[in-house]
Amino acid sequence: MVWIGVAPVAVSEDLASVIHASFSDSGQATLMRLEQDPLQQRCSQPRDERVDDDTAMALRQERLNAVVFPKDGNFLGDWQRGAAVAASGRGLQSNDDPSIANGGNCYACHQLAPTEVAYGTLGPSLTQYGLRGQSEAMLRYTWTKLWDTHAFNLCSHMPRFGAQKILTEQQLKDVMAFLLDPNSSVNQPAEGPSSAH
Amino acid sequence: MRRQSDDAMTLYRFVMMIPRWWLLLMVVPALADEGIFDQYRDLMGDDNPAIFVIEEGEEFWVQSQGPSAATLEACDLGLGTGVTRGAYAQFPRYFADTDRVMDIETRLLYCMETLQGRDREVIAAKPYSLRGDFGTELEALVTWLAAESEGMTIAPEQAHPKERAMYAMGEEIFFYRAGPHDFSCATCHEQSNKRIRLQQLPNLTEHTEVAEAYGSWPAYRMSQGLVRTMGWRLQDCFRQQRWPGLIFGSEVSIALQTYMAVNAAGGVMTAPGLKR
Repeated sequence: MVWIGVAPVAVSEDLASVIHASFSDSGQATLMRLEQDPLQQRCSQPRDERVDDDTAMALRQERLNAVVFPKDGNFLGDWQRGAAVAASGRGLQSNDDPSIANGGNCYACHQLAPTEVAYGTLGPSLTQYGLRGQSEAMLRYTWTKLWDTHAFNLCSHMPRFGAQKILTEQQLKDVMAFLLDPNSSVNQPAEGPSSAH
Repeated sequence: MRRQSDDAMTLYRFVMMIPRWWLLLMVVPALADEGIFDQYRDLMGDDNPAIFVIEEGEEFWVQSQGPSAATLEACDLGLGTGVTRGAYAQFPRYFADTDRVMDIETRLLYCMETLQGRDREVIAAKPYSLRGDFGTELEALVTWLAAESEGMTIAPEQAHPKERAMYAMGEEIFFYRAGPHDFSCATCHEQSNKRIRLQQLPNLTEHTEVAEAYGSWPAYRMSQGLVRTMGWRLQDCFRQQRWPGLIFGSEVSIALQTYMAVNAAGGVMTAPGLKR
């Protein structure tokens, strides 16, 4: 009997073709997503092999030049709506409904409001982030981190929430407020507002 | 094809789970920071509901099925015809009869096709149960076979060039970033002592951690009431990576299992595990 399973494996030199043959379209997650852009290609190396050379510097500059700042010059939206964006992990998975807004899933990797104990640790804690103030430099820096983190830290694990259209401009403004608004839960003391006691 | 006793078994499983779930609800607030599932595992002790699935798997192994009305007892899992003890711990491995490296799941399908005359495509179309289902035959067989390797050393073959090539490919895929979120396996699994929300993440590039992780699959998932296999685990990782659907038995699936198994070599098989 002939084995008629998955195509026989003559292990291919061509990684891309092996990867393409191993996946199938699933809802909104189509095979197109397997194509790498130059940044993804560059960052597909083991951690200790990621060298900072001219190519890396050029890529970083390219990402920095491509950042789109808010058209109306206003960086800060509604921190409470931002809190909801930060808490939601849905969006862009094969089983997610594309007609519903994506989340930012910030808590998957970052500590934010100190009242939320279910936070991840892949990224740094951002609790009290607002202590840094709201200078123009801080606004532009924070926006750039959210829009495309690789503009500063090439091959960071963090998604490019603006550049890849994961979040809308308004959602990004709301997350900005969640981080920077002094009233935001991110910027409250760990034991909650002192008036509570 | 489910047997009459399944309803009774399911009811028993359900009843058995209830008091333990209540325990979990009670410990969550107290242990909300981390390690609650470790604590829960301790509470469960040796009571892993996977024991029922192990029994089922052994029954499937000796059950005549398919057009050939044959059992799987003549299946060669790499250690000779019908040898099940210790076989799981040496997967993935190269098989001369198919001239390819196979994981245990695709090897079982090969035996179902060649020995029992069953249609591989039909089984491959739904290898894993959906939430709320009973487990599948494949899940039960894999669970039993993992139990047949419990306590043994993880020792995947790397003698054949195709086995070594499969490892090298697995390593490349592990670091391959793609999709709208730029995620690779490495995004979550190349660092130690990290977690997503409260879920601890094993560093799969580090021997001790990958041995513990790899050696504990298949595992009973308490949140789903089902045993899940490593093949399923990979599919669900890619879903969360926002990639398209990983095809069952695909080269990427086998390459990543090879990458993990070889990194874990020398560790101990503890499966079936018990997970959140």
